[in-house]
Amino acid sequence: MNIRNWICLYDNKLTTVKKIIHDLVVIENKSVGGNNFVLSLKAPDKLPEILPGQFCEVKVDKSPEVFLRRPFSIHDIDYQSNILTLLIKAVGKGTNILSGIAKGDTINIVYPLGNGFSLSKEPNILLVGGGCGVAPLLFLAKTFKNMGLSPVVLVGGRTSDDVPQLDAYQAIAETHIATEDGSAGEKGLVTQHSLFKTRLSDFKRIYTCGPEGMMKAVAKAAEALEIPCEVSLENTMACGIGACLCCVTETTEGHKCVCTDGPVFDSRDLNGWNIEKASKCSLPYLKADNHD
Amino acid sequence: MIDLSVKIDKLLLKNPVMTASGTFGYGFEFEDFLDISQLGGIIVKATTSKHREGNRYPRMAETSMGMLNAVGLQNKGVDYFVNETYPKLKKYNTNVIVNVSDSTIEGYVEVAEKINALEYIPGIELNISCPNVKEGGMAFGTSCPMAAGVVKAVRKVYKKTLIVKLSPNVTNISEIAKAVEDAGADSVSLINTLLGMAIDAEKRRPVLSTVTGGLSGPAVKPVALRMVYQVAKAVKIPVIGLGGISSAADAIEFMLAGATAIQVGTANFIDPAITIKIIDGITDYLQRHHIKDINELIGALEV
Repeated sequence: MNIRNWICLYDNKLTTVKKIIHDLVVIENKSVGGNNFVLSLKAPDKLPEILPGQFCEVKVDKSPEVFLRRPFSIHDIDYQSNILTLLIKAVGKGTNILSGIAKGDTINIVYPLGNGFSLSKEPNILLVGGGCGVAPLLFLAKTFKNMGLSPVVLVGGRTSDDVPQLDAYQAIAETHIATEDGSAGEKGLVTQHSLFKTRLSDFKRIYTCGPEGMMKAVAKAAEALEIPCEVSLENTMACGIGACLCCVTETTEGHKCVCTDGPVFDSRDLNGWNIEKASKCSLPYLKADNHD
Repeated sequence: MIDLSVKIDKLLLKNPVMTASGTFGYGFEFEDFLDISQLGGIIVKATTSKHREGNRYPRMAETSMGMLNAVGLQNKGVDYFVNETYPKLKKYNTNVIVNVSDSTIEGYVEVAEKINALEYIPGIELNISCPNVKEGGMAFGTSCPMAAGVVKAVRKVYKKTLIVKLSPNVTNISEIAKAVEDAGADSVSLINTLLGMAIDAEKRRPVLSTVTGGLSGPAVKPVALRMVYQVAKAVKIPVIGLGGISSAADAIEFMLAGATAIQVGTANFIDPAITIKIIDGITDYLQRHHIKDINELIGALEV
């Protein structure tokens, strides 16, 4: 799985990109509705090659309560001007501090981390995002477009405030919207959208990122039609580089680190994501280690 | 020329900076950020007799200036280590120490015996202090007879440098240190994590799947420093200090308190290149204080 994802985008050679620590300069902090904001960050020199679905670990200063770095997937990349953007929702202490960061400030990041999405050459691709979970899908959609493909994008949220960056998606792809209150697009969940009811079987591959419940529903719908589905997980992390073993998820091969074995997984490899195995989601041998 | 080298039993460390078990993987994970061979040593992830999946997610909770973990010794077992991991560790020109843990004395002995046969592993760190497993681990490290028992059993089969990692979750850590010294330990390292807990008030649920976990990071440093100070006075064998070390100043403090070497743990998660900065900072300190041999610092606290 790792090797598949390390196939270099641009020259089709197998390559592993060196992880680096950079101080990036904030060139813009733009509010994009709800509590979402987009940080545009300029690298001191050339950006490393980054694959869609990869992430970075951001150091958040100014608070003893925000001790660890925060992982964010890469929202967009501009290699010409060496600018990387992150789409973030202010939900906790760390993200709230970041939401107040000003133009000209610097942010220390470790990147690029993890494995990206596999880049299917199949023509019919669906990207499904929920809330600020749409973040990595912009970079992915642009990459597919550069490959000459036309991905379809479906984004969902509770309200119209929860579907940030719509313009950016609409500019490059056929984009559909579902909101639970009906304030934008069709009313309901993404899996209740007419696209799911009428066109799902047209797609050869599905990529999804968002709340776990949404991703599971998408993955099961995909599995029912035997469509490969890749999901991007967001477990709590400490190191981001596979050393601490804190961010594990249960897979068919035991515990795997979301940071280095993921964050992108084939949904069929995840325990509890599968239609048949949905009811037995825990590994039997885990019991021995549990405290109580 | 400043001499940064220190000795832990038969081990010669080019500088006193090592990495703490469970925070540095096997070194491979950090190769993009630093030259591992510049370190005094690395303590690789805990190895047990059998494969262990560890505890269920969530295994980590952030706290003020620290974190709780409940990984639960996830590893592929000693045979996998010997056959698959060890060959890749030979390239490092530094002391590669293996942290050894298990649930039973027989398990500890099995792992120690297999690692004893590995030419490029000059020592082990016996982990009698893991707070995150139901059986073994910390249970061995919180009673003098239990601690002495496991160390004696391992000492019989392990012929190289035997470091014992102590638990801070005891009333008198010096007594445990003396018990393992008498049982044949060549060195003690301290502290492992402090047993702690985090609660999500909104959900009325514990944050960790195991309810309790081990606290590490700068939050524990004053406790670690006090314990290193006490243990260094109580035993004759060299003491390795750890617990929240995140800067050269922290490292120097532990050496003044009596540590011969130090380990950097949780700080590796925030800055993967921190160990090299700490080595450079120690050199700066010695230059500023006109000290030619770092050994002059060990236990040099003026009370």
